[in-house]
Amino acid sequence: MSSTEIQGFVFAALALLVAGALPYFGSDYVLSLGISIAMFTVLATSWALFSGPTHYISLATAAFFGLGTYTTGLGFESLPIWSLIILAGVLGAVLAALVGLATLRLSGVYFVIFTLGLAELIRQVITWGQNMTGQKGLYVLTDLTEAHLYQMLVALAALVFLVGWLIGRSRLGFALRIIGDDETVAAHSGINTAQAKVLLFMVSGAVAAMTGAILAPRYIYIEPSLAFTPLLSFQVVIMALLGGVHRLWGPIVGVIPFTLILETISANFPNQVTLFIGIVFLVIVYFIPRGFAGLIETVRNWSAWREARS
Amino acid sequence: MDIIIIGLLLGGTYALIAMGLNLQYGVARIMNLANGEMLVAGGFTAFWFYTAGNISPLLTIFVVAPVAFAANWLIYRIMLEPLVRRAKSRGQLEVDSILATFGMSFIAVGLMLAFFGGDYFNYSYLSVPVIIMGETYAQNRVVAFASAVVICAILYAWITFSRPGLSLRALAVAPDSARLVGINVRSRAAIAFALGGAITAVGGALISSFLTLDASTGVVFTLKALIIVIMGGVGDVRGTIIAALLLGVVETLVASLIDPGLTLAAAYALFILILLFRPQGLFGRKPT
Repeated sequence: MSSTEIQGFVFAALALLVAGALPYFGSDYVLSLGISIAMFTVLATSWALFSGPTHYISLATAAFFGLGTYTTGLGFESLPIWSLIILAGVLGAVLAALVGLATLRLSGVYFVIFTLGLAELIRQVITWGQNMTGQKGLYVLTDLTEAHLYQMLVALAALVFLVGWLIGRSRLGFALRIIGDDETVAAHSGINTAQAKVLLFMVSGAVAAMTGAILAPRYIYIEPSLAFTPLLSFQVVIMALLGGVHRLWGPIVGVIPFTLILETISANFPNQVTLFIGIVFLVIVYFIPRGFAGLIETVRNWSAWREARS
Repeated sequence: MDIIIIGLLLGGTYALIAMGLNLQYGVARIMNLANGEMLVAGGFTAFWFYTAGNISPLLTIFVVAPVAFAANWLIYRIMLEPLVRRAKSRGQLEVDSILATFGMSFIAVGLMLAFFGGDYFNYSYLSVPVIIMGETYAQNRVVAFASAVVICAILYAWITFSRPGLSLRALAVAPDSARLVGINVRSRAAIAFALGGAITAVGGALISSFLTLDASTGVVFTLKALIIVIMGGVGDVRGTIIAALLLGVVETLVASLIDPGLTLAAAYALFILILLFRPQGLFGRKPT
């Protein structure tokens, strides 16, 4: 392990400790912001694990997230929460495998289109099922407090970073970077491209479902249009891209400012949220295609270059 | 039987919308995910003209088409051409154009919400029954279908028999070789994109005469148009028309026999079947 890696680990452990201790010194408002940030950190980082190297834009986050909330919503009375979180992860991975097997063998556009409607598809089916059985929404009443949920999310975030770091070092991570650079080359050098993509998509789907399972008690009452809101997928994409998807720490750099700004806008100008998201999309595409992480690296390289010259 | 005819009537309008998207994606190579918002804008114009001036949607389309053409031409020239120029590969252009048009679609929805509010809008135009083969149908659906057929036919003839149409087809099949035979690729692509947008907006004006729209329904139509284009095969006019009619019928069947809330699920079922068995489109040849 190199010294920069050790530095990184120490820094990550300290950040984790500070983040985990937030409920002990922060106010309720700070804690609820903290939950949003932790939730989007987990979602955006796990999204970038798959979409970063492969450039396949997944809009299925809301589908996995909703699947997770429904897992908790249906099972919290009979099973302990930790087992439901694991179950949601398994279900998310299975759904991701099905979607991946149907679309990831083909070009990226099919994948985007398919995932774009996936949340809406599941929402329609659940709504229909509820109409058939005459059931409305689900009440999720547990004795878990916001602080519990927050700490579970931070733990999940730590797990995601660890998994991301391991994948980055593994053969799978290497294979995915080659696929992202040139899929034909990857196939010719003996990489099973479809399998590699499906595997990583499963990781990302499982994490999103687990996040949904953890957060279900926070909503208290869940119904399909709330659990499968399509805007969630776009928020995750935009935060990850804003931060930069080519680094493991990239998405979090986007999540924190975006969550804070979005919170301010939705509190003061609730009708302008879509407009704001649209503008940020365009800013990313035209001005910062590599995100904040790319900007930071450019500045760093530039100053290193200046130092080397002087 | 009447379900199938209602489905075909709906499918005719879908065909028009999907043709618009097919021109944008098949010829101009822009995966335009803001397509549905163009449709809603067209529909809104028709609504506005009808409620304010009592002008028939059939006349409104002669205003909508040139305005949408100009707007889409500008969008392509200003917003999308830099992406085309920057892209090193087709894949990168696809990712960039998907993200950029998502941004545009959000901005369009945001603007429409800001100006017109989030209400549903519909108006009653020609909602009188007509009788075809002993069954009754709403006249506005029949009129919209007939207009869609006329526009599709003109477009098909133009693409198949005229010289500019030929160059568009060349662009769709082989963009690199098209340049070699003296086709101005940039300007033709801009025209294809603008034409596609105009057709979609006209489709929106027609569809608004019998469906209720609101500022944020655009994405549903984008999805349907995408599914039709993929089913029919990118750049294939005949395939697009047949796929659109098929989708219209399947959707109407599901809506009237099972549950009206499941229309998108029905479209998805078709989509999955196509992806699994004929990813190259209904009439496409297998890539070598």
